[in-house]
Amino acid sequence: METESNKITSSTDAQQVGVSDTEKWASIIGGGAMVLAGLQQRSLRGILTAIAGGGLAYHGATTDKSLTDKVGDAVGANKAIKVEKTVTINRSAEELYNYWHDFERLPTFMKHLQSVTVQDARRSHWVATAPLGQTVEWDADIINDLPNHLIAWASLEGADVDNSGFVRFQPAPGNRGTEVKVVLEYSVPGGALAAVAAKLFGEEPEQQIGDELNRFKQLMEAGEIATTDGQPRG
Amino acid sequence: MRAVCWHGANDVRVETVPDPKILNPRDAILKITATTICGSDLHIYDGYIPSMQPGDIIGHEFMGEVVEVGQEVRKLKRGDRVVTSSIIGCGQCYFCQHQEWSLCDNSNPNGWMQEPLFGHGTAGIFGYSHLFGGYAGAQAEYVRVPFADYGCVKVPDGLSDEQALPVSDAFPTGYMGADLCNIKPGDVIAVWGAGPVGQFAMRSAYLLGAERVIAIDRIPERLAMAKNHSKAEIINYEEIDAGEALKEMTGGRGPDACIDAVGLEAHGTGLMGFYDEAKQAVRLETDRPHVLRQMILACRKGGTLSIMGVYAGFIDKMPMGAAFNKGLKINMGQMYGQKYMPKLLEHVVNGDVDSSDVFTHQMPLTEAKQAYEMFKHKRDNCIKVLLRP
Repeated sequence: METESNKITSSTDAQQVGVSDTEKWASIIGGGAMVLAGLQQRSLRGILTAIAGGGLAYHGATTDKSLTDKVGDAVGANKAIKVEKTVTINRSAEELYNYWHDFERLPTFMKHLQSVTVQDARRSHWVATAPLGQTVEWDADIINDLPNHLIAWASLEGADVDNSGFVRFQPAPGNRGTEVKVVLEYSVPGGALAAVAAKLFGEEPEQQIGDELNRFKQLMEAGEIATTDGQPRG
Repeated sequence: MRAVCWHGANDVRVETVPDPKILNPRDAILKITATTICGSDLHIYDGYIPSMQPGDIIGHEFMGEVVEVGQEVRKLKRGDRVVTSSIIGCGQCYFCQHQEWSLCDNSNPNGWMQEPLFGHGTAGIFGYSHLFGGYAGAQAEYVRVPFADYGCVKVPDGLSDEQALPVSDAFPTGYMGADLCNIKPGDVIAVWGAGPVGQFAMRSAYLLGAERVIAIDRIPERLAMAKNHSKAEIINYEEIDAGEALKEMTGGRGPDACIDAVGLEAHGTGLMGFYDEAKQAVRLETDRPHVLRQMILACRKGGTLSIMGVYAGFIDKMPMGAAFNKGLKINMGQMYGQKYMPKLLEHVVNGDVDSSDVFTHQMPLTEAKQAYEMFKHKRDNCIKVLLRP
């Protein structure tokens, strides 16, 4: 019988991670270092699912990749875009975690999201606006949920944009609130949506994610998101 | 409403634009009763501030009457007569809570534009380019004030507009310049620049306990105001070498602290094509950090430099070796209006400082174009113009 752990250790990413590596990665993801600096060519998804204990088989973490994906991997067409961005927010980890965990509120400060519909404790449906008036959609599952500390997710098979990542809430030194880190990986699929999905976070994804984190900070600290939309001009 | 809109270098126009609306729950709308042109507005007028867009409403030093408040405004109501800080602060972030209001994390919707230039975003400022938030300015009949509970301070009964208006920007800027000098009894303070901010820096230095204040400028009427109204000794640097004069006037020691109330004319730095603009700025600025260099050489060993004049980009040939080996302390920053305004209004009420005498001219807002020209060229001995909407 094939167990979940068999699946993980037999996957490409999980082989890279390895059982002995899991603890190391758990500490990197929960620690102060640059996560992406350690990640290099590895897939964030593989590491996250390995740490989560492989509760479910996620596309990309298992051997059941489609032929297209395997070819894409081989020629480097399925290039994953990785982003890491951190902001310090003058609020408690509990308050920030609770706001974020209500995914349906995320479009309040994430401009690229049109809607998030929570289906059950684990699964949600995401719709994002993409360039040229198009939308991209995916289902995602929470793959790791540590109250007041970390939420990790991964999209399911069939996503327009294959994505995974985590948001981490960690107390800042000197009573300065909470360091909120988002690490995100998304890969651009082949086909008609490729160009659209590639620009989901604009030309500079780091800046886009940083801007969204800044708006989250504005909302949580100041109670509103600073704007000039609708003001007069000559 | 009528508003002063920027359309390019030396091109401001009084135009009819829509009235501002409440956009966020902590906003208030003011009917402006008095506004003015700040020296730093001339950097915009001259076309040196990057990220301006044609049609932007400018102006950041103002006062008025509250005509509308958002649902989360707690301390203000319709009819309140207020003076407003030119710097916008949310009141909730680490920096606002430490009284460092111009470092606010949350009031600049374009903070991301500043990150490549400054490393971090800083506070929004009314009418001062898209780098500083792109907020519509206050040389207008009405203005929207975000985070109004923090930015607006009620004007005590009995104060005139002329007395209250400088508390919006020029007075706290000068006061912070003096405050950053950490003045001790017996200290001699030198102030470069005898414009409105310099005049307030001189008066504030005395309020904070300075023994002597020395003003350095080249414009006769400004030096006269420094001498007669701000009780400073004066140096006209076109007539004598300011560095030598300062040494002679301080027993060879040099002033204990030096305040820069001139700045760099804020020759800017672009966003894209950043390096090209920087090169251009260096060429334009070769003479501009003159004040800063002179302060470093003039200041006594172990003394303090306090920089309030606006710097936005890069400077060339900074004598770092002199500053380092003399053990100078360098303090600077955009002013913390919300921190100082209540105290400064008290000083005005008590008669400790005459804040109104900097206004040498008054004009209707509709004549803003002429006012800019007069102020820029210092015609008719103009030191500061009050504009009435």
